[in-house]
Amino acid sequence: MAFEKYDFTPLSQSIHQGLIENVSPLLTTIIEWTIIGVLYLLFIALFGLLLVYAERKVCAAFQQRLGPMRVGPWGLLQTIADFVKLLMKELITPNRVDKFLYNLAPFIVIIVPFLTISVIPFAPGLQALDFDIGIFFVTAVSSVGVIGVLLAGWASNNKYSLIGGMRSGAQIVSYELSVGLSLITMVVLAGTMQVSEIVELQRGGWFLFKGHIPAIIAFVVFVVAGTAETNRGPFDLAEAESELTAGFHTEYSGIKFAFFFLAEYINLFIVSAMATIVFLGGWMPFHFGGFEAFNTIMDFIPGLIWFFMKVFGVIFLIMWFKWTFPRLRIDQILTLEWKYLLPINLFNILLMATIVLLGWHW
Amino acid sequence: MKSFLNYIAEVFNAIWTLLTGMKVTAKYFFTPWKNVTQQYPENRDTLKMFERFRGEVVMTHNEKNEHSCTGCGICEINCPNGSIEIISKTIVTEEGKKKKALDQHIYNLGMCTFCNLCIKNCPTGAIVMAQTFEHAVWDRTKLVKVLNKPGSLVMQDVKE
Repeated sequence: MAFEKYDFTPLSQSIHQGLIENVSPLLTTIIEWTIIGVLYLLFIALFGLLLVYAERKVCAAFQQRLGPMRVGPWGLLQTIADFVKLLMKELITPNRVDKFLYNLAPFIVIIVPFLTISVIPFAPGLQALDFDIGIFFVTAVSSVGVIGVLLAGWASNNKYSLIGGMRSGAQIVSYELSVGLSLITMVVLAGTMQVSEIVELQRGGWFLFKGHIPAIIAFVVFVVAGTAETNRGPFDLAEAESELTAGFHTEYSGIKFAFFFLAEYINLFIVSAMATIVFLGGWMPFHFGGFEAFNTIMDFIPGLIWFFMKVFGVIFLIMWFKWTFPRLRIDQILTLEWKYLLPINLFNILLMATIVLLGWHW
Repeated sequence: MKSFLNYIAEVFNAIWTLLTGMKVTAKYFFTPWKNVTQQYPENRDTLKMFERFRGEVVMTHNEKNEHSCTGCGICEINCPNGSIEIISKTIVTEEGKKKKALDQHIYNLGMCTFCNLCIKNCPTGAIVMAQTFEHAVWDRTKLVKVLNKPGSLVMQDVKE
């Protein structure tokens, strides 16, 4: 099949062999870590810039206007200009903040997406860490982000930041349940938590189609809970400008604010990447039943391109949510989770388990 | 049992309303040719305002350089902040009667609020709103304009 030549495993194996033959094993490991780290840093920086630009353009299109057009052709340099401005701003530390916690919070918030991104398979053979419990690792590590938010709210010595941080913390902790449970629904269907195995199992068809009704319910719940996790979309009460004067990151300026800002967009990428891996087949092409000609055409597109197309699709869906719906109050946000999403999730797991046991799926 | 059925009905109703909202914004997203933004300095040559646009008060003159203003002063009375000043003179007509006529119709574009009251109340329809919009000047005295060109009255003016 044409799809096999897009495999990245020979490339990574040849790099590994070349290093092992020439330098000691310890140095090989260190060099490999450095290469992976630098690649991920570059990827996150570029992707963050791209997502900020894409959000402004997509937002403008939904509002029947044009978005940034002046800075560079079609406004492409707008995000770079924004980041240069943020880098040059003065870092004002307010009067009686808790200095250590105040400075630590942006770092926690930006390191968490770095950790999560290491288990994402971008293409066959292009995955940094392949745990047996990959899905569990993702949910566990993304929970650490709450600490950053709560620290930022508390350490700012500002009652509005504290309220914003508490609200945001409550929201993130609540919606983690829904994210975890909907991922568990798909783990029940797959039978394994290993991320590369989950993608492999979708070779015959994406999980969204294989596990029909419960998978669709789980997908909707996952996308809604994912946008609430990242404090985005209609759930952005904690950080909206017209609410608590920017909530938990009010007292941060310059590069520290840039960390919070960037972390939000990388979290958006991570939520979309998890959605595509678990529901939409990761880097698997779109095959349709018995149409062999169609399948061979689909095979010509490399796995990397498939992955990014699907991720952009889910990101577009999440942005669509943000620019359509009005903001929810904090009590409405928590009601939605505890009274609606959680019971639906639990019932859905039961349904999926029944279907898997009875074999009523493809 | 009834509250449970209400719960389920609520969930489906909520999903339906959400999808209706998303349909509206999808329609906006997929018709970008209906965007209302104008890329201003680049499209100056082709940019034309709509008919009801209130740009600037001008006095219409026909080919013989005649206008319809009788110097009655109704526009000056109606202007809310005094942007119009009518200076009239007495002329002697062919029959030898003394009549009031317009000398200068002074209009201060800097103070005008574009409320359209002068135009609505003009009995002869002498003044209209033009569709020009680039009025910026470096010197504010240039904004005080005399609207009537050196011409004369239109002979047959109907009191509309």
